[in-house]
This record gives sequence, C-alpha cells and structure tokens, in this order.
Amino acid sequence: MPNSPVWDIAIIGAGIVGCACAAAAAAAGLRTAVIESQTPGGGTTAAGMGHIVVMDDSPAQFALTRYSQLLWQEWAPELPQGVEYSRCGTLWLARDETELRLAVAKQQAYRSQGVPAEMLDAGALAAAEPKLRPGLAGAMLAAEDAVLYPPAAAKFFLDRARAQGACLIQGECAALAEGGIKLRDGRRVAAGEIVLAAGAQSTGFMPGLPIAPRKGHLLITDRYPGWLHHQVVELGYLRSAHSLAEDSVACNLQPRLSGQILIGSSRQYGATSAAVEPGMLARMLQRAMDYMPELAQLSSIRAWTGFRAATPDKLPLIGAAEGHPHVWLATGHEGLGITTAPATAALLLAQMTGTPAAIPAAPYLPDRQPETGEAHA
Amino acid sequence: MPVKAAAQIVVVGGGPAGLAAAASAAECGKRVLLLDENPLPGGQIWRAKNGTITAEAEGWRQRAQAAGVEWRGGRQAVAAATGQLWLEHAGGVEVAAWEELILATGARELLLPFPGWTLPNCCGAGGLQALVKAGLEIRDKRVLVAGSGPLLMAVAAFLRQQGARVLLIAEQAPAGQVAAAALHLPPAKLRQAWQLRRATRGVPFLAGCWVEAAEGRQQLERVRLRRGVRRWSLECDYLACGFGLTPNSELGQLLGCALTAEAGIAVNRWQQTSVEHIWCAGEAAGIAGVEAAWRSGEIAGYAAAGRQERTAPLLARRDREQQSSQRLLRRLAPRAELRALAQDTTWLCRCEDVTVGEARPYANWREAKLQTRCGMGACQGRICGAAARFLWGWQINAARPPILPARVGTLAQAAPAPSISTEVTV
Repeated sequence: MPNSPVWDIAIIGAGIVGCACAAAAAAAGLRTAVIESQTPGGGTTAAGMGHIVVMDDSPAQFALTRYSQLLWQEWAPELPQGVEYSRCGTLWLARDETELRLAVAKQQAYRSQGVPAEMLDAGALAAAEPKLRPGLAGAMLAAEDAVLYPPAAAKFFLDRARAQGACLIQGECAALAEGGIKLRDGRRVAAGEIVLAAGAQSTGFMPGLPIAPRKGHLLITDRYPGWLHHQVVELGYLRSAHSLAEDSVACNLQPRLSGQILIGSSRQYGATSAAVEPGMLARMLQRAMDYMPELAQLSSIRAWTGFRAATPDKLPLIGAAEGHPHVWLATGHEGLGITTAPATAALLLAQMTGTPAAIPAAPYLPDRQPETGEAHA
Repeated sequence: MPVKAAAQIVVVGGGPAGLAAAASAAECGKRVLLLDENPLPGGQIWRAKNGTITAEAEGWRQRAQAAGVEWRGGRQAVAAATGQLWLEHAGGVEVAAWEELILATGARELLLPFPGWTLPNCCGAGGLQALVKAGLEIRDKRVLVAGSGPLLMAVAAFLRQQGARVLLIAEQAPAGQVAAAALHLPPAKLRQAWQLRRATRGVPFLAGCWVEAAEGRQQLERVRLRRGVRRWSLECDYLACGFGLTPNSELGQLLGCALTAEAGIAVNRWQQTSVEHIWCAGEAAGIAGVEAAWRSGEIAGYAAAGRQERTAPLLARRDREQQSSQRLLRRLAPRAELRALAQDTTWLCRCEDVTVGEARPYANWREAKLQTRCGMGACQGRICGAAARFLWGWQINAARPPILPARVGTLAQAAPAPSISTEVTV
C-alpha cells in the first residue's frame, strides 16, 4: 500500500501499557499508531485489580512503583469519573508478631524513601476495618496507594493519544517485519520504531523473551457500600508474588467505588486455559475468608481470570530489544502493569528520544544481567 | 465441607422437559437426581401457585416419583465443572456429582427497552404472572398485556381469573401474520387458543399494536400505545409486557456447550450437546413450546440412559412440534419499529444504571461492558444482554461462574480446604 502512512512509532498492544506509551509518544509529537486485535484495554488490563501500589520486592521495583504512583497522582485531577480513581490506601496485614516485625521493617524502608507509611496496632486495625477477624497483630498503612478501574484508565490514555493525533489500528499482528509490522489480514504498518507492549502474548512476536504467563483469578461481589474501606493485603502476598514456580494464593481485597468488593488473588504458572478453576477459586476465597470471615455471606456475581506477563526477576522489560534494531519492549509487568504503566511510558520515551529520565532506567533494560532475587523486605 | 450428592444422571430444571427427562431416565433403571430452584416442580409454565403444585406438574411428578427420581427443590446451580455441579440453597451448599447431565434450564422472557420500561409496575408478561402466583394482589387492578407471542393470551386469561381488569391485549405482530399463525395451528393448539380467547372474552385484542412508552412519576400511571399511524394513551396500574422467550443457556455455555444462532444450546436429534455426557432438552435448546419440551425431555432421558431405541417413536412428534412452533414464532417476529423505541436516556442495564445512549457507541458487547459496566450487575446481563442483542445484533457470550449470584462461601467450598500453613509458598 504505497499511500499508507509511515508512523514514527507503532505500538503492538492496546493494554494499559501500550495506551500509556501511545499517550506519551503522541504528547512528544511523534506520529503514533497502536495496533490491537481485540477490545482496547480488554485483555490482562481488564482482568487486573487496578491497585496503584508501591511494592518493595526489590529496590528497583520500589523505585518504579513509587515513581509511577506519583505520576498517577499527577494524572488524578484529569481522570474521568469512569476511571474511579480512589486513594483508599493499602493496609498490609500482619497476622502475628513475626509478620508485625516484617511490617515494621517495611514501614522503615518506605519512610527512608520518603513514602508515607504508618503502623496500626491491633486495636487501630480493627477500628479501620471492622470486618477483619479478631486476633491480627496489626498492619502497615500505605496511605498514598490507590485503586482505579483499569479498562477505563486504558481508554483514558488511548483517548488522549488519539486527541493528539495517534491512531488505533484494529488488526492482528502476524510478525515483525523490516520497517514495520505485518498484519494477519495482509496489511502492512510501516513504522520507524516498533514498541512491543503485548504483555503475556509478547513471546508470540519474540520467542526468546524471558516472559511466562502467570494465571490469576479474581471474584467480585454485589454492592456493599461501606463494608470495606482500604485495599487490604496480607503480608504473605509478597511471598506469594515472589514465588517463581508454585501455585499460590493470598488475601487481597479491594473496595470499589461502586461498593463492590474485589477478591483476589491467585498465581499459577503453566496454566494455559483461561477457564475459572473452581478449586483454585475456592482456595483463594478460603484465604480471603480466613482474614474476613463475613465475606462468606456476601453475594458474589462474577469470577474471571487473566494472564500476567511474568519475568524471572519480577521487573518489566523497558527499552531496546536486544538484537532487534528499531524494536523496543514495554512488557513483562507481571501484576503491576496498572501501577507502572505511566512510569513505563516515561522511561521508554526518554530512551527513545534520548532525553533524561526521572529514575535510572538500567534495572529495567531488556539486556540487564539477571539479579539473584534475594532483596525483598 | 459441602453436602455431597451423586447420581448417574442429574437433571437441572424441574419444568416439563426436566420432569420428562428425569422420569424417562429413571424408568430405564438409572439413579436420577432432579434439581430446581423452586421448591416444587413445574418450572415456569406450570409454576406452583401459593405453594400448591399445578395439576400438569403433579401428573409428571407422580410418574417421576414412581420411577424413583430423587427430587431436590430450592437449589440453584451456580457453578459447574466436568462431573460436578455446585448447588446453593437457603441453608448452604451441595456438590452434585454426575455421570450424565441433562440441562433443562428453560427460558426467560425477552424484555425490550422502551422509554419508561423500568418504572415500578412495568413487568414482563410471565413476570407479572409469577408475581401474582407468589402473592401479589391483582384484584380490580387495571392491567395492560402487551408484547408478543402466545404467552400474552395465557397471561391475560390468568390475570382475569385472578380478578384483574385486563384492559387490552396488544400483540405487536401485524394482524395478517397473527391470523396466518392461528390458521396454521394444529387442532389441539387451536382449541387451546380458542379456550384462552373465551377466558378473555370482552378484552379487546389488537394485533399490530405496541407500547411506545410507559409514563408515571413514582410508578406506572399510563402507557402510550401505537397501532399503525394511530397513537393514544391508556391509564393503567400494571403493564405486563414480554416479547416471547430466550433460552437459559448459561449453564451449558459454562460447560463448553456450543450454541445455536438463536442463543440456545445446540443439540443433535437425541438432544445431545457438543460436549460428551451433557444433554439438553426443552426451551434451553431453542424455543418450541411445552409439548416439544416434554417430548424432547423424554428423548434426552432415554438417550442419556443409553436406551436410544426407546426414542424412535418420539422423534417425529418432537420435530413436528418444533417445526410448528418455529413457523409460529417467525410470524410473530418483533417488528423493526421496536428497535427505534429506546431513546438515549432509556435505561439499558438497570443493575448498573447504564442508558441505551451510553452503550450504543461501542463496537460490541465486550467493549460496552468494559467501559460502561452494562451487564456486569447482579442479573449478569440476562436482561440487558438480550436487549442489546436485539437492538444492535451484538453477540452475547462468555458465561462465567457463578452463573447466578452465589454466596462467596459457596464458591469457597469447591475444593477441600488446604491447611493454612502450607498455603503460601516462601
């Protein structure tokens, strides 16, 4: 097609990461196309919880999530109502004295980086979330954590990108080609630079990428306004998220602005079917009910699954793809794609345009040396 | 741990198809469990009134009981996997294990949006009938029965028998089509129709007439009607408005059964679905009326019990019934004007407060759901999904557990509780 335009950047994937990259590229004045075969924001983005959370599995993860959280705070005044951004804070639950010591260490780590964090003793925790079972030791409150509705957030970025001239191309990518992308229907998208932001499907275009799909389940209840006030996560979540091989569940509860309660979470490697697995769902719900027994009585209306794009060191791949000139990666975000999408877009655009970034980009470069992975709090 | 139940054949749904399937399978010597959400058998069409089983359902119940069918009412199937069903009841949870599963989940009314359709006292036609059977006082109330299909006459007759003042029966299909449909009814159906018409003697029946809007401040006060170029208002207390039926195929979808173009569960001539060991009978496989339902139930029951030879005399009767129903339904197809009734401000999804105008710009059901939340509420799109399919031709897909709202504690019992200490791997 001789008359088709040549884009400065073509982004594969209109999930929240691809949409955020498109918004950043278009804002930088680049002629930007986003290619998506399904509904924008309808893949792993739609399956995610939408928890804007600082995580400290490693210093690099801490830096990226905090930086991105601050970027979300800058976006907050502009987010449409449908995005349901709510700074409800995260309560990291400690079930016993051992976990409480972990929570205190976590608090100190947050504070040393200038991130607000406070300790709640058992009484203060019970007052903050009366539905928690008695007997928990306490919690750390990360008050700046927030929640949002991911598909609407992805659409917000995509709409912004389009308002600045970006184009959504509906089509299925077949392969990366010289100077562009071949679509399944025979069309060719010509572009100077290509950004692969296809999440767990990225290995379909670049088989060597260190990304494995990691299945998760979620369940949402009917509306119970005022039932839950904070995102409530057990400290064991860190260990669950950190585990590399085994199936695991952790209590992770979220209050939606609608009054609904979102119940997570599970992590599985090796699962390929998107079907909800009753056994895994049950394990996850039992874990949640262990912290909040009254959940058992709430009416649930929907369960679903999604596939996180997991890397071995729990850090995303942001930067030039090794051995593929003009191809860039923005993928491998595991369970933190919603949180880190704005930071990913900022870091990637800084590299592509040769401008300085707000935080060091080295830990997220695709050709980084693998870490040993012993660093979490 | 949930209570366990097991049978060689589990039948979901205790209406005509389910009763017939359960009785037939049990008569072949199989252990059969028959489940239904209602406390008594009968389904929607033979729904018990004030706790009393109807005569039609009682006949089948006796046959099923004599054959040894175990009846369990008051149970909703909320989730399923190969060989298992999760059932919720008022007191807790049960898991039913099955070798063969017969889906007889019936149909629900097709409701189409028009301005004011969500006002209090606007109901489906079958919906109002069910409310009255459950105790709603309808005596001396002014009722307009509208929409489409054979159900309208039956509902009007029932409401009148209960003392309602039925003002009008408005059938949207043109008079010519209604007359042709009546002309082609088999003698037994014609007699039935004539009896219903007698029971509604004095109530005007207008073909080619439909509701354009329902109006009222706090609740329904009047209905705006249209017939050809004529438009007028009618004051009434209740509107019973349904546009026929749409199959309840969610449980089958969840188990991976293929669907027909009409959103029913696809079956072969022995009522077998695309998934091995799963069968479907009655309206869930396609709308064809009560006689086709119980005949297809018998076929499914025999076939699932491995006695296919017993189905031979039944197949032709079922096919005739289905063909005659399909001819009738084609004549009563919803007219194009109904698609234009819903305004941008008309509610589409009443669970999530989404208007027609909010959902309309999206390309498909999935996108509209994600961005507006339509169909994501407690009814899980059963009403607005069917309406969106009618309005915009959207494919409505992807049943997910729970297929009906279920307590979190119910779904938590799908597997034995693992010990907490081994829960999180370090």
